[in-house]
Amino acid sequence: MKKVLATFVLLTLIALGSNHVLAQSGGELHFCLRSEPKTLNPLLAADDASETVRYLTGGVLVRVNRLTQELEPELATSWKVTNGGKTITFQVRDGLRFSDGTPFSADDVAYTMQQLMDPALHSPTGDAFRSSEGKVENEVLPKNRVRITFPAPIAGLDRLFDQVAIMSAKSPQKELAVLGPYFVGENKAGSYLILKRNPNYWEKDPAGRPLPYIESVRLDIQQNRDIEMLRLTRGEIHFINSLDAEYFDKVAAQDPAMAHDAGASLDSEEMWFNQVASSPLPSYKKAWFTSTNFRRAISESINREDLARIVFRGHARPAVGPVSPANKFWFNAKLQAHPFDQKSALQRLTQDGFHLQDGVLKDRDGHAVEFSVITNAGNKYRERMATMIQQDLSDIGIKLNVVTLDFPSLIERITHTFDYEACLLGLVNDELDPNAQMTVWLSSADSHQWNPSQKTPATAWEAEIDKLMRAQASTLDPKKRKADFDKVQEIAWQQEPFIYLVNKNALSAVSPAVHNAHPVVLRPQVYWNIDQLSLTSEVARNR
Amino acid sequence: MKWARTTAIVFLVAVSAACLLANVIAPASYAHQFREETNASPSRQHPLGTDDLGRDRFARVLYGTRVSLLLAPAAALLTSLLAAFVGGIAGFAGGRVERFVMAGTDLFLSLPWLFLLITVRALLPLNVSPIVSVLITFAMLGCLGWAGAARIICADARALAQSDFILLARASGSNGFRLLWHHLVPNLKPVLYAQFWISVPVFILTEANLGILGLGVAEPLPSWGSLLRELESFSTISGQAWQLVPLILFILVVSSFHLVLTKGELPV
Repeated sequence: MKKVLATFVLLTLIALGSNHVLAQSGGELHFCLRSEPKTLNPLLAADDASETVRYLTGGVLVRVNRLTQELEPELATSWKVTNGGKTITFQVRDGLRFSDGTPFSADDVAYTMQQLMDPALHSPTGDAFRSSEGKVENEVLPKNRVRITFPAPIAGLDRLFDQVAIMSAKSPQKELAVLGPYFVGENKAGSYLILKRNPNYWEKDPAGRPLPYIESVRLDIQQNRDIEMLRLTRGEIHFINSLDAEYFDKVAAQDPAMAHDAGASLDSEEMWFNQVASSPLPSYKKAWFTSTNFRRAISESINREDLARIVFRGHARPAVGPVSPANKFWFNAKLQAHPFDQKSALQRLTQDGFHLQDGVLKDRDGHAVEFSVITNAGNKYRERMATMIQQDLSDIGIKLNVVTLDFPSLIERITHTFDYEACLLGLVNDELDPNAQMTVWLSSADSHQWNPSQKTPATAWEAEIDKLMRAQASTLDPKKRKADFDKVQEIAWQQEPFIYLVNKNALSAVSPAVHNAHPVVLRPQVYWNIDQLSLTSEVARNR
Repeated sequence: MKWARTTAIVFLVAVSAACLLANVIAPASYAHQFREETNASPSRQHPLGTDDLGRDRFARVLYGTRVSLLLAPAAALLTSLLAAFVGGIAGFAGGRVERFVMAGTDLFLSLPWLFLLITVRALLPLNVSPIVSVLITFAMLGCLGWAGAARIICADARALAQSDFILLARASGSNGFRLLWHHLVPNLKPVLYAQFWISVPVFILTEANLGILGLGVAEPLPSWGSLLRELESFSTISGQAWQLVPLILFILVVSSFHLVLTKGELPV
């Protein structure tokens, strides 16, 4: 009877399929970095490779769950934002230790913030906290609490701490002493890094087993994507975190179980017209580009469905506006992608005095509508998009010249000389909070690409966007912020300073040897739950 | 090797004829996107299938070959003329003139070509048609490629200038221009021919390289560079052998140019 009961319990556990119960400890996870990390100091991480190492090794007070997009406690058990968004107080976990055994306390949080905000360090992570001039106050409170006060309110303050890896104030290993699931065990410059399991990592699975399950992570530096693909198919690496559509389809053709399309990502591809008043463009072209009807007409003449289907092989979706639908909270669900409607486009153009003459679109002064779009050379997806847009626009009598430039020349034109007519580029978006887009939407900002660094807003709608962006940044009420940013999205949708084209899907490839991998749209797509990943027993033994 | 040379000439003539008659032979425009037939396999309608955007690959090969095959020799001619002028004058004049001109040539040779091409390309006006863009690309290649050839021609001209028959011509009263035009230039012809034929495949390759960098001929006009870009990822080619046609054609054409060169035109 006992045997029957034991078998029943075992079968029940298997049937429940709990990953934690089945998880196999040990083994070495392999994947590739596309370049060498520029730094191992988590406060200075700016490139993808350094951010990968920071994510795998750094312990943070709070973490944005990449699946739910909700904020979750990590090294802090609780936190509270007060003083109108200027102050945040963390209750820090007791009894934790860094990877080298140094005890962790609220002092380390204060030390990290002090380092982070040191102007001499030039920390890219720290920039997000610099809302205005003034000193940041760090106060260690009794009972392992720490209070951080900023000189001005910061909207979405708590979420910014997702990027702040806490460093030890006392460890002789300095930034190499970490609180994350792994620590840097070996670093062979230009070749590979080996991250070893942090024996002092604080988190345990529901069964009480220490995390992470995987003993070590080997990061091979490999720029060539073909070789990376070959290594995946040979089983030498376990996943590719981010794939482009072409490679994704190859993986799917070889082994559909390995290919993961998580849906639309936060990244977008867009084009915009040069609206800089002082640009060296002829006045009639400036008049075209500053006309809302003209921009809307161009937008409606572009077949976004075809761009997504052909250029991205169906692994993209027509973009709606500045926020991707992947951003669950901030996306304005009332908006739809602009439809492909060349009839409507011609009607809008007619309203502005344009007319078709022998198949050529001309403005009211008789100038044939012809302009160039620049994009960066070597990016075949953008070149293909531009070529497709070229054919779409030719259907309404517009001649589009596609010009590919090396990246420095392109940046020079769009930021300094303003000697260009239209530009097609992409926006890589890591942040969910609209505050990350302040530098794009404020008319005074450098990255307000269509007309940067304005002294006063050039148009009424830009003034309105300025007002709304500042309003959402100065309140802590999420509903009010959402309402304000929804209006910004509506204005951007109506005025189309950026003609949003597509949101690319988050594509990845994961070997079946990796358990509990649930690729998501937010970075890092595959290893966001690194401490929960495990390898099959066979792989774990062989590695 | 006479048969090989003859075959090469016949092949080049056949390819050139096919390209010149592209408007008649091609089943579709090189630019038209058949968006419901992207990456199609060869068929009666599209003998070499279609590319990523659904454009007829056969039409693009014909037009692309026409672009590269017409403009590369034109650029080679420009280069050879510039090299003949600079190298011939320097070699014939000798002394300080030669040292000065050759110093300038050396400076030109030491320039990083690729970066120079990229920079010049970036400085050009944006609103130019693809045809003008391709003309500019090859004109730049022609203007920048003369220095190496000029050095060879200079050396040859210097040797000729010191030869007995030139001495005899001088003694017979031939002056500067007559000496240059009637005695020196005819004797430089074999070197100039050789430089011309060497330059043709070099420029085809250079345009292809620029195309691979995305800095060649503007869309939608095809060239061998843009056609070869389809092959930049080796995993793309597997299972689609017809994609190799532009590469095979390119190799055959470049090889044919070299075969044509093997007899008669090489300097002795």
